[in-house]
Amino acid sequence: MARIQLNDVKKSYGDVNVLRDINLDIQDGEFIVLVGPSGCGKSTLLRMIAGLEPISGGDFLIDGERMNDVRPRDRDIAMVFQSYALYPHMDVARNMGFSMEIRGDAAEARKSKVAAAAETLGLSKLTSRLPKALSGGQRQRVAMGRAIVRDPRAFLFDEPLSNLDAALRVEMRLEIARLHQKLGATMIYVTHDQVEALTLADRIVVLEGGDIQQVGSPLELYETPANRFVAQFIGSPTMNVAPVEAGAGGVTLGGSHLALPHLGDTSAAHELGIRPEHIDVVAPGQGMLKAMADVVEHLGSDTNIYLQVEGIGPMMVRVHGNIPARSGDLLGLNIQPQNAHVFAADGTALRAATALAA
Amino acid sequence: MSAVLRRRPAVAIAKYAALAGYLAFALFPLYWLIKIAITPDALIYTEGTQLLPSSVTFDNFAKVILQTDFMAYFGNSLYVSLGTAAVTTLVAAAAGYAFSRFDFAGKKLLIAVMLITQMFPLLMIIAPIYKIISQMGMLNSLTSLIVVYTAFNIPFATFLMQSFFDGIPKDLEEAAMMDGCSRFQALYKVVFPLTLPGLGATLGFVFTAAWSELLFALMLISKNDAMTFPVGLLTFVSKFSVDWGQMMAAGVLALVPSCLFFIFIQRYLVQGLTSGAVKG
Repeated sequence: MARIQLNDVKKSYGDVNVLRDINLDIQDGEFIVLVGPSGCGKSTLLRMIAGLEPISGGDFLIDGERMNDVRPRDRDIAMVFQSYALYPHMDVARNMGFSMEIRGDAAEARKSKVAAAAETLGLSKLTSRLPKALSGGQRQRVAMGRAIVRDPRAFLFDEPLSNLDAALRVEMRLEIARLHQKLGATMIYVTHDQVEALTLADRIVVLEGGDIQQVGSPLELYETPANRFVAQFIGSPTMNVAPVEAGAGGVTLGGSHLALPHLGDTSAAHELGIRPEHIDVVAPGQGMLKAMADVVEHLGSDTNIYLQVEGIGPMMVRVHGNIPARSGDLLGLNIQPQNAHVFAADGTALRAATALAA
Repeated sequence: MSAVLRRRPAVAIAKYAALAGYLAFALFPLYWLIKIAITPDALIYTEGTQLLPSSVTFDNFAKVILQTDFMAYFGNSLYVSLGTAAVTTLVAAAAGYAFSRFDFAGKKLLIAVMLITQMFPLLMIIAPIYKIISQMGMLNSLTSLIVVYTAFNIPFATFLMQSFFDGIPKDLEEAAMMDGCSRFQALYKVVFPLTLPGLGATLGFVFTAAWSELLFALMLISKNDAMTFPVGLLTFVSKFSVDWGQMMAAGVLALVPSCLFFIFIQRYLVQGLTSGAVKG
């Protein structure tokens, strides 16, 4: 079990900087998710922690010990690969016990440890099979079993669920959450899927263009995104963003004034962000905005309405439950001011001074 | 396949006919070789073009084995071919692994130079090679043949091995290193077992190439006791006649090691060993 610290860690290939000044303090037992669009450097960061990719600058510490130049085998970290990377010529049991085999542990100890891990993951009946005779989900479990048997200081996951179909992905996601509860180990998980990030993480690290955009709990990121990128990346469906005119104590959009007293000074406001679930639908003619429904999706539990808002353009609204709206209907909209986000021209979210201090 | 057959029988028949035609063309010389080898000397010319001899004899084989130096040539060829195959495969595997896995200064240049060596017809370089070998005092030695064959086969064998290593996902080695292996252990425990088909194919290819090589063997070897088998075959051609029967019998015998070798390595040539390693 381990505390992992990254101090000003950098990565560059020649003149190209792929990661800049990464600072992270990961507590013992914490589940950290690195999330971001493809090419943001999240997998590279994970591979640097694993030792598979050299670190160009800064310090990488495990339990206070500098590990920058330590070989992967000596870092005592296990990794689950996106491709699973099972050894095709070894059966499941040997795949899982390979690290102990290399370490030179006694065959007896190896057997019982592998059997225990196989039991945990529901693989007991498959231990003598070769990887090619397993389904995708089973291979994924074996890859996780291989990491568990290691009994490492920390677990790394590199997009482990992206090769699975949707149903299996949900199942394995739960499995990983349970595993974290059971083992209480430090885990670092890379994904581009924000649902995985929100459901699994203690803290999420949002990366984009080689920089950390924000670090925080799932709720923090959802409720107080630091900038427009995080606001739009976290949360599904995506947050609506509309240009506004700045004013004192509020903003003007679509010709209507929206008072935002909780944000304090909004004179630098450039855009307003509002999540689809934070817009209320009211009768036509009422509300601060006028809109026409474009497409209506009835999901049962929710209704998604894609609409054209007068003076603004396309927006999306999610209403809890069913409402009898249809394509072409005229609707009135009210934005919940307490849930509105305001972004400056550079994308930074404006917050009241007290919120910043916290 | 069966669906194709049902729908387009004419196409299927044409395909099989083409295959059969090719096989007949390719295998006929082999058949003729065996036929002449078992035809009694007296009948070779009188029954010249008959497909089957009217009587069969194994005298030619007995004579080749007992009365000629054939067994010695055979031994020399085996020594040279096995030596070449072993050394070449070893070097090519190491080089192929480096080309596949590492980036180093001059890699592209090295690959280009290796390709260039394959561009020239052998005839062009026979004279310089002869000069070099003779000045080193290595004429008439089997070692000189191993050196020359190895040098000529390494580029192709390296590219062959590189493609096999390229086919093994890098993730596997990285997983092994995460599991506690050094790079060498990862190579030995994970990559090597998966490269067996590649090693088998390379061994087979180089062995066959060395086994049937005539040009260099003819130039560099003139002493009878260092002759390899293809050179030795020419001794059946005398000034006034050719001993067809014995020559063909020797030829049939020469096929035996090649066949054995391929029977031995063919199970390693079966692909699909890496399936199931990564997303399949």
